[in-house]
Amino acid sequence: MQNFLQFITENQQMIYVVILMIFLGIEVIGRVPSVLHTPLMSGANAIHGVVIIGAIIVMGKSNDDNYLALILGFLSVVLGTLNVVGGFVVTDRMLEMFKKKK
Amino acid sequence: MQLDILTVCYLIGSVTFILGLKMLSNPATARKGNLIAAGGMGIAIFGTIFLYQTDNGKGLHNYVWIFSGLIIGSIIGTLAAKKVKMTSMPEMVSLFNGMGGACAALISAVEFDHVYREFRLDTNSFADSVPFVHYFTISAGAIIGGISFAGSIIAWGKLNGRIKDFSFNGQHILNLLVLGFVLSIAGFTYWSHASITNIWFLITLLSAFVYGVLFVLPIGGADMPVVISLLNSFTGIAAAFGGFLYNNKVMLTGGILVGAAGTLLTMLMCKAMNRSLMNVLIGSFGTKNAKATVGKQQGGNYKEITINDTATCMAYANKVMIVPGYGLAVAQAQHVCHELEKILDEKGVQVSYAIHPVAGRMPGHMNVLLAEADVSYDKLLEMEQANDEFKTTDVVLILGANDVVNPAAKSDAASPIYGMPILEVELAKSVIVNKRSMKPGYAGIENDLFFQPKTSMLFGDAKKVLQQLVSEIKNL
Repeated sequence: MQNFLQFITENQQMIYVVILMIFLGIEVIGRVPSVLHTPLMSGANAIHGVVIIGAIIVMGKSNDDNYLALILGFLSVVLGTLNVVGGFVVTDRMLEMFKKKK
Repeated sequence: MQLDILTVCYLIGSVTFILGLKMLSNPATARKGNLIAAGGMGIAIFGTIFLYQTDNGKGLHNYVWIFSGLIIGSIIGTLAAKKVKMTSMPEMVSLFNGMGGACAALISAVEFDHVYREFRLDTNSFADSVPFVHYFTISAGAIIGGISFAGSIIAWGKLNGRIKDFSFNGQHILNLLVLGFVLSIAGFTYWSHASITNIWFLITLLSAFVYGVLFVLPIGGADMPVVISLLNSFTGIAAAFGGFLYNNKVMLTGGILVGAAGTLLTMLMCKAMNRSLMNVLIGSFGTKNAKATVGKQQGGNYKEITINDTATCMAYANKVMIVPGYGLAVAQAQHVCHELEKILDEKGVQVSYAIHPVAGRMPGHMNVLLAEADVSYDKLLEMEQANDEFKTTDVVLILGANDVVNPAAKSDAASPIYGMPILEVELAKSVIVNKRSMKPGYAGIENDLFFQPKTSMLFGDAKKVLQQLVSEIKNL
């Protein structure tokens, strides 16, 4: 119990952020028409590519002689970039089809 | 001082993600929303590269590695996203999602390696020196990222037909056992002898991959968009664990936002098919029930119709409704379909399209496809609208759609698609079905509609058939 309370107290900022974000995430897309389900999924897919920031930090902190960390970090930077760039470009291409033409 | 600018970068990033998602859920602003989120992501990424400082105040190094990684990833990502055909977009999304999951898992692996190097010789077990929250964050990121990666790859393989549905009795029990194994090994690692934790961690990660594969394998191909959306929210949660690990607010907000929105989106997708998420995950679409239905209806007779007759039929109708499906997408026949619509329009025939929310391989697939061919928005009717119109329609032309017009969804309680709302095409005066063969659709079940007296079959590739049809109607 003591540990649990301590955890809550130490991380209260984070916990607030998590709870608010959960509600916000649900609220924000609550009324999406089914036509947009796929582009929205794709856009959300690109946004979770934010994990790339973790990859950059891992890569940038690794010591020059730690080859395992360098290689894994490098791989994760490549994969994360694929997720971000590919995700946004593919979403844009999908949405391009929606633009109204007169 | 530098650190403060980075905080502002992250704040901008978080806000653009929220704004982007909000705008993405409205057709008028969707494209701008995507660009705004992309811009915020760029700011967050470059802010991290140049401004991030570790706890002891040092900046990042290994810039050569970072930038070559970014450049390689950007080039491959852009090329892949630009080259992919409209029909294959869902599998592309799945693949990118898998990359994100793998990225999260690798980050956890490197962080685990840091902890391992630091403590392997000095302590008996991690429990003695590593805070549980820290270890939990690392292994949760690894497990969820791993599941998302392996699952997405399987979903990708299923959508492009490389991997077939595969299920057997007791599969769900096996899956639960594997999941239990993953979790208990992950827990066990924390208390096991520190010097061998690396092996246990590797086993955890590998068994998470195995679970990801087993999780997606039994789910039917038609349900893949739902599964991809679910795995999408998994990756979001894995990214959020990364945010916990580095106390990084933009990763945390972005990850949780996608985790929550993705979960809701998954449920909305299920709702569009009138099914529950449980049903999708456990239902194993189109296995035993389907076979029973197939057996029952194999004796039916169907009649074929020629291009000539179809042309006459349509040219002299007052009102024609076109029901597009996956077959139209595969044949890339959207342009010639628009041509047919124009030519009929010139002849004074009223033409509109009936769009089922889950026609094709992803929700909105048909809207995107027809929009590409410049079909005007007001010609696309949603399901409820279309169902009101069928009563007064002379000819319904079904182009490669099957399950979304299967009356079994209304009448046959044993059918695996029972309860899914369908386009009630049988209300129209006559129905012409264009398919390549009598093979059942994606759900693997027979369609009673094809055997009804008012239905005629027009076999052939949608594009070729439509081209012939257009030239026939011109000659009339």
